[in-house]
Amino acid sequence: MYRVELAKAARRWRTWMLAFVLGAIPSLIVVGLVFSRPHQGEGPPFFSLIASSGLFAPLTALAVLQPFFLPLTASLLAGDTIAGEASAGTLRYLVARPVGRRRLIAHKYLAAMTLVALGVLWAVVVGSIAGGSAFGFGPLPTLSGTVLTTAGTIVRMLAAAAYVTAGVAGLAAIGVFVSVLTESSPGATVATVIFAIVSQILDALSSLRVIHPYLLSHDWQKFTDLFRDPISWTGMRHGLIVDVCYIVIFLGAALTIFTRKDVTT
Amino acid sequence: MTAIVARNLTKRYGDINAVDGLDLSIERGTLYGFLGPNGAGKTTTIRMALGLIFPSSGAIEVLGEPVVASATPTVLRRVGALVEEPGFWKYLSGRRNLEYFARAAGPRHDREGRLGRVDEVLRTVDLEGAAEKKVKAYSQGMRQRLGVAMTLLGAPDLLILDEPTNGLDPQGMRDMRRLMRRLADGGTTVFVSSHLLAEVEAICDRVGVLAHGRLVAEGPPSELRAPSDLLRIDVDDRTRAEQIAAGLAGVAVEPARDGGPSLWLRLSSPATAAAVNTALVGAGVAVNALVPQHATLEDVFIALVEGTDAPR
Repeated sequence: MYRVELAKAARRWRTWMLAFVLGAIPSLIVVGLVFSRPHQGEGPPFFSLIASSGLFAPLTALAVLQPFFLPLTASLLAGDTIAGEASAGTLRYLVARPVGRRRLIAHKYLAAMTLVALGVLWAVVVGSIAGGSAFGFGPLPTLSGTVLTTAGTIVRMLAAAAYVTAGVAGLAAIGVFVSVLTESSPGATVATVIFAIVSQILDALSSLRVIHPYLLSHDWQKFTDLFRDPISWTGMRHGLIVDVCYIVIFLGAALTIFTRKDVTT
Repeated sequence: MTAIVARNLTKRYGDINAVDGLDLSIERGTLYGFLGPNGAGKTTTIRMALGLIFPSSGAIEVLGEPVVASATPTVLRRVGALVEEPGFWKYLSGRRNLEYFARAAGPRHDREGRLGRVDEVLRTVDLEGAAEKKVKAYSQGMRQRLGVAMTLLGAPDLLILDEPTNGLDPQGMRDMRRLMRRLADGGTTVFVSSHLLAEVEAICDRVGVLAHGRLVAEGPPSELRAPSDLLRIDVDDRTRAEQIAAGLAGVAVEPARDGGPSLWLRLSSPATAAAVNTALVGAGVAVNALVPQHATLEDVFIALVEGTDAPR
């Protein structure tokens, strides 16, 4: 089912539109910089540093994509998993095929996350090439002043991509959970996006500081800590624990409900 | 050997029993017509047989193995099913729909067997020419045929078809009936549900009539359809024939039907069709046709369904 899911996605316009946007954003960041240089410290994280090394462009892109576009992508793919099949009338044929119900959820979730990971990687690759071509592939300085080796740069960049992907993995679990409850794929997507937005709004309200550590989005931008020397792991470790909790709770709930649910669509 | 067995199968929705203590046993190799008006519980029964919905109580077995929806009933690999309308990924071609469906699950030999049969089933439903078109562009009849093709991918031992002629034109319906008959003759058990009796009457080996979630009659179509006591007679002199017939014991003249010239008689003991004939011919009335009217399955069906009280 996993491979079928990926093959299906490869033949949908939607997938390529998402890929286009994920590649366009880092490109636009670089193009914008070519025409107008920001002052020190302006713009999103790493933005004002791109002129010093083009390899800051993919990191800026991750920081820009993280709050909205990546959650949207994850919500779209995850919200569609079960509800999309239900509304297309294919769910009953998959369950009667039989594709085991647990397997169906697990494989669809993994396929959705594979696409998200590929999208993030794609944004990093496009950003590196665009930034590097415009401002040189100069060695990447860390926020602490040291300079990274080429290998170190690649490893940390992949780690950043992985961390960002893990951040939306929790959200995608919520998407699958909602998708099990409804027959409307757009409805499931919107509900999941709303969850991401509300989480970020709550995170911005300082009076709610007590709940911040439990919010999915609280540590999303902590990947920037990878570009300090030494790397500060505290924020990311906490972020990953929260991600895993969301995945376990919501994917668990989705499995529990779906394995007991009448397929009436 | 049984293909489908239901034991006291019940599905409750709120206060209503959609399927109400259904007992069913279908032998392998039969073409079985599952009849009932809309809402009788046909689709609900089929969904339980396919592990899609959970029975409230009772059990259902398919090809000798229990179907438990919470597990993955692997016996369903040997079943092909069409439930209500077919469902496809509309952005994919007909062929890719079959291929992806074939690859979706099951052990390797099962998946490869299905993939190897794609061309064959497309030919069976006469869709080779449109196989590369996206399903989006298919007419309703083509989708229905592709749905049938999908059910045949696994060379099933049991075929469950829920209203398979929906959306088909008259020729498509005839092709569908021939296909079902051919498959059944080849040893496949075909379980076909319908609310259209004529469609099932002509081809089925056995028929079960469902009303309000219960089986109200079962048997070969010929047994369910008892001859009635109505007689249609075509004569040269209708008025004279009517006078003679009215004088015979046990004969009641019925009002003319459909505005036609035939004489309609209702017979009761001791009258027989042969006696009426003898009397008419003896009196010099030329009898062109004398036809005992069989009740259609439709009449039987309506009588059975109306005779069942709706659950309160």
